[in-house]
Amino acid sequence: MIELRVNGRTHRISADADTPLLYVLRDELELNAAKFGCGLGQCGACTVLVDGIASLSCVTPIVLLAGRQITTLEGLGTPQQPGPMQQAFIEEQAAQCGYCIAGMMMRAQGLLQRDLHATDADIRKELEHNLCRCGSHMRILRAVRRAAGLMLASGSTGVTAPDPAQPSAYPEVTAPPDDGMRRPAHPDLRERPQR
Amino acid sequence: MSAPADAALTRRAVLQGSGALLVSFSVGWARPAQGAGAGAGAAKLPGSLAKSPLLDAWIRIDADGFATAFTGKAELGQGIRTALSQVVAEELQLPLERVRLVTADTGRTANEGYTAGSHSMQDSGTALRHAAAQAREILIDEAARIWKLPAQQLRTQSGVVMGPDGLRATYAEIVAPNLLHVTARSISQLTQPDQFRVLGRPLQRIDIPAKVTGGAAYVHDMRLPGMLHARIVRPPRHGARLIEAPLQAVERMPGVAQVIRNGNFLAVVAQREFQTIKAMQVLAAGARWQPTAALPDEAHLADTLLGLPAQTRVISQNTGAACGPMQLEATYTRPYLSHGSIGPSCAIAQLTEGMLTVWTHTQGVFPDRQAIAEMLGLPVEKVRCIQVEGSGCYGHNGADDAAADAALLASALANRPVRVQWMREQEHGCEPYGPAMVAKVSACLTGGRICAWNYDVWSNTHSMRPGPAGALLAARQLGKPFLEPEPKLIPLPEGGGDRNAIPLYSFGSSKVVHHFIHDMPLRVSALRSLGAHMNVFAIESFMDELALRAAVDPVEWRLRHLQEPRAREVITAAADEFNWAARPSPGGGRGCGFAFAQYKNLAAYCAVAMEVDVDADTGRTQVRRVACAVDTGQVVNPDGVRNQIEGAVLQSMSWTLFERVRFDATQITSVDWATYPILRFSAVPHALTVRILDRPGLPFLGCGEAGQGPAAAALANAIAHATGRRFRDLPLDPARLRRALAPQLTAR
Amino acid sequence: MDWGGARMGLRLLVIILVVGAAAVPLAAGTWQGAIAPIDPPAPDRFDGAALQRGLQLAAIGNCMSCHTAAGGAPFAGGRPVATPYGTIYSSNITPDAQTGIGQWSEPAFRRAMRAGVGRTGQQLYPAFPYDHFTLVSDADDALLYAYLMTRRAVRSTPPANQLRFPFSVRPLLALWKLVFFKEGAYRADPTHDGQWNRGAYLANGLGHCGACHTPRNALGAEKRSARFGGGRAQGWHGYAIDSASPARVRWDRTALRAYFRDGWQTLHGDAHGPMAEVVENLSAAAAADLDAIAIYIAWTMGKRDRADSVQQASVATQSSGAVIFASACQGCHDGSRPLPFGGVRLALSTAVMDDEPTNLINVVLEGLYPRSGAAGAIMPGFASVLSDEQLRSLLSYVRLRYGQGSPWKDLEASVQSAKAQRHD
Repeated sequence: MIELRVNGRTHRISADADTPLLYVLRDELELNAAKFGCGLGQCGACTVLVDGIASLSCVTPIVLLAGRQITTLEGLGTPQQPGPMQQAFIEEQAAQCGYCIAGMMMRAQGLLQRDLHATDADIRKELEHNLCRCGSHMRILRAVRRAAGLMLASGSTGVTAPDPAQPSAYPEVTAPPDDGMRRPAHPDLRERPQR
Repeated sequence: MSAPADAALTRRAVLQGSGALLVSFSVGWARPAQGAGAGAGAAKLPGSLAKSPLLDAWIRIDADGFATAFTGKAELGQGIRTALSQVVAEELQLPLERVRLVTADTGRTANEGYTAGSHSMQDSGTALRHAAAQAREILIDEAARIWKLPAQQLRTQSGVVMGPDGLRATYAEIVAPNLLHVTARSISQLTQPDQFRVLGRPLQRIDIPAKVTGGAAYVHDMRLPGMLHARIVRPPRHGARLIEAPLQAVERMPGVAQVIRNGNFLAVVAQREFQTIKAMQVLAAGARWQPTAALPDEAHLADTLLGLPAQTRVISQNTGAACGPMQLEATYTRPYLSHGSIGPSCAIAQLTEGMLTVWTHTQGVFPDRQAIAEMLGLPVEKVRCIQVEGSGCYGHNGADDAAADAALLASALANRPVRVQWMREQEHGCEPYGPAMVAKVSACLTGGRICAWNYDVWSNTHSMRPGPAGALLAARQLGKPFLEPEPKLIPLPEGGGDRNAIPLYSFGSSKVVHHFIHDMPLRVSALRSLGAHMNVFAIESFMDELALRAAVDPVEWRLRHLQEPRAREVITAAADEFNWAARPSPGGGRGCGFAFAQYKNLAAYCAVAMEVDVDADTGRTQVRRVACAVDTGQVVNPDGVRNQIEGAVLQSMSWTLFERVRFDATQITSVDWATYPILRFSAVPHALTVRILDRPGLPFLGCGEAGQGPAAAALANAIAHATGRRFRDLPLDPARLRRALAPQLTAR
Repeated sequence: MDWGGARMGLRLLVIILVVGAAAVPLAAGTWQGAIAPIDPPAPDRFDGAALQRGLQLAAIGNCMSCHTAAGGAPFAGGRPVATPYGTIYSSNITPDAQTGIGQWSEPAFRRAMRAGVGRTGQQLYPAFPYDHFTLVSDADDALLYAYLMTRRAVRSTPPANQLRFPFSVRPLLALWKLVFFKEGAYRADPTHDGQWNRGAYLANGLGHCGACHTPRNALGAEKRSARFGGGRAQGWHGYAIDSASPARVRWDRTALRAYFRDGWQTLHGDAHGPMAEVVENLSAAAAADLDAIAIYIAWTMGKRDRADSVQQASVATQSSGAVIFASACQGCHDGSRPLPFGGVRLALSTAVMDDEPTNLINVVLEGLYPRSGAAGAIMPGFASVLSDEQLRSLLSYVRLRYGQGSPWKDLEASVQSAKAQRHD
């Protein structure tokens, strides 16, 4: 039995000690964000933060992680209360299929937690090892810069409640008031059998 | 997640109502002559309504004031869910958040074939637009009937029909059973572009919040009660025969529920995912396979292709005034390309009471269902395929094969849901690739124009998609195997290997020949834009070579040979966006390139200009800036269009600069990201802009594949401009460029 | 390259200063004047064959690696070289007149190679390995000159060196040279054939193998008595390439040639660390030259084969190192993924066999990454998830299971030292 601290909560895990963190996050804790991409530590889709540093959960056995602070994308906010990184990715519409995006965001989060004044070159260098296939790179770069701006403005890299009095000043991709983008993303997912 | 109100309203239930049960119709609603039939002799219905003409197959009004729209197309990350919802909200005059959208599901939606070829807006968008508009007209007419008022006095707003003296009723109050169970008409009262509220606006994508917060967004994220995990052990080569495998040893491993061997199909099913992977590794390590015939020599791939028997078809021929002999000729080549989805293919299947349900990220639920049913010997009614989004696929990747794997395993483990996910090396090694291609082109110049043009392209088919069971890997591996189907041509005007092989330009005389190669040395199928990537790369590269020979500016050169106003306008717009006239002159490794194509010669127009730095000593190309212009007809969501074009340019840059499937005599050797390098952030352009030429009121043209060809050619042309050397063999990777350029003088 | 301890260096320097004071007149004699500037030669002055040969030689000299900053233009300099005495930044050797070597005549270039003196007469730091380049023939210097003078001129001034006093005083280098530097072109060894001599000339001269593979004394000079006995380079251990080579399977001429050309070899694995850059450049060298170097280096390593002397140790599979290995390492290193891109079979890994764990620690912590757009082994770094204790237990397990059986001594110190290097 290994105790894992994920997004501030402690979980007792019965999986074998050599199980990579990814499978525990996905299958036992039912956290969706970290993705299986290669299982070889090559693509970055499984990136999470361990004690604030970007780490590849697909090749990290849980035996290494007792007592460590693990943060997944779920720990940065919710659809209702997105954190600055999430808000920035929504505002920049920085995804196509989005499969790589959680990993991109976590690596960027790790960078900005270290250095809120990261330059464009710093961001590119940091994301160099994360792969995107749809070609969302320009938007990802913009979103990370925007996230840094949001974090600087709010003085926090973590979860911040959006302030309704401060609408985004970004001119593109703003929905009209009645577009209500907060409804369930996939209404038809509700038909799937549930546990 | 709770069960939705419409859960019981399956398409089957809808279809049980016959034409005879149609109810109340108001005056003025012109019924087709043959009730619910396809309307023989009637005008062709718009978009996919032609194949599925019942309105309630597309639009339903729910009791809670929502509308549910049904599309046979699938969300692949291209944003179609948002764009289609916008179309429905616009024409139904409902707020967008009150539109539900059900995507490709054989149990609920119309059969719209594959989500491919940039057809979703043309086919489904058009159908939904008309269906929604007609549904709104029917609701108005019904209200008019109830209120005994002329329909002209009624209007709709935000899901409410309003009449004089404060009369109002919501759609839900008006709708009656089977009200929308009518055949569509060919003409609808569409909202005029100047009245659009939702359509044409850059709305945020509906699917992105879940994707950036860890919501359940993918089939990979589905967890069903009692679900088992499965992994497949694939042969080192397609077609290899399994001699033996340590079935018993693996069956004793922790968590293993079953090891399944059927002919050459080998898989393990276990309780926990990592247990499954460990068991698969042991199974794979102990499996012995009998190899099949050797793969061709990769170093001489083009010669191999040219040497294979081919069906030669002249696809275009114009005879003009006689001119001199061909002055310039060139051969261009493209290697096999991998789809390379970031997430390996995944599917879940469950057999319950004789009914097999498959959740899959396929591009075509109906053809996939047909193939799976045939493989399992089931009637198609006993198989339901539901599309759930996966990692971006960019064509026919492993999605259908994974669905077949899951279906096969689920039918062996009745009642238990089985989740299959491929491993990275399977995704890279087993998927069908975008075919390798060769193009030979020659031309003659007279008086500053191209007077003669000959173009020959050699290619395999570009679609081996399911329909037949033999298209599925698992079906071919069974003890009683299904044979791989015969490759088929995709006829023009869409075309496969000859997609975009006919230039849009007008030359004095021209001849275009498609050499359709039957034998497939490597497994191939559809990769985004099919032959257009290669044909546009070749045609637009050669256009530049000719412009250089004629000493004419490349943009002016294109305009000189092009009459169509929309094409000319896109070219001019991209040149303006790029500030082409003021571009830097070549030197010091810097250069600019331009290219244009109309996708399939019938869809979106796209022009791309690029500025690059090429480092002769390292062979590396850094794209400095890119400017694009696109005309995709009526724009539904400008940010969606922009996102697609940006993605097309970057993905095509990756194909063009870096990618090729590698293999030796015995197997595929590019099986992961170490062996199949793709674009990384260090090679991403510094700037990329897209200018959209909106065409209010004109048909949707789609935009998912408009940019790949022009981006590839603009890049090649920019490299040629920067280096003074023409590179005609893809990829234009650092090693190739360095070999050619490093000893060269830098001052030219 | 890496030079011995700084403190020790200071002490030695004081001694040399004292001794050197007596030798001032002699030192003055080593001072050389400026060579007149020229206008950068027109590229068409050089013929194509010379450029091709110059390219092949520059590849052996690994010029581009040191003279290119991360993300910078080739040969434009600015790459930091950490030494115990401070940081030296490589110079711009593009033909830019203001900031590069555009004003250097061929004699000026030859003098820098031969004697370690810049065009204006300033002493050069031996981070520029003129202690090796002095062996290069005039003819080869001319080819290198032709190649460099036809590269793209880049206007770029590297950052100023950051060296502690007294190492910042360039004229003192004349004293260093008096003691440690022997000027003069290569002289063939008549007891060996032409190919061997060609290999020795290239390996000891332009190739400057010893710069990383020979230990240095406290003042940064290579210990001639221990040539190829193993050195340091940017925090990596340059393996011994003499008879003490730790390779599990003996290197021979064929294997070395393949390794130089491809950057990997079936029985030895992939090049990594600074050697990855070396072999990337070597891929552009002339095949005959690579063959000659292979002959010579195979000769320096001798015939000892360690494969027989090593026995697979039986190891506990329940140790924490074993559990970490099973999950994090085995998937790639189980031998089913072939080189050069799959994980090396660790029983063949020189990093595991070496008496120093430094390189294995570096790889485990930092991982391996290919250049953008190029195929190449990818291994993720584990620095963020391995505690020191977990790292030690993993290293011990790997060493015990795949190494020569004897545990590494003072693993803790090696880990700390490697980590300190990473954060420099």
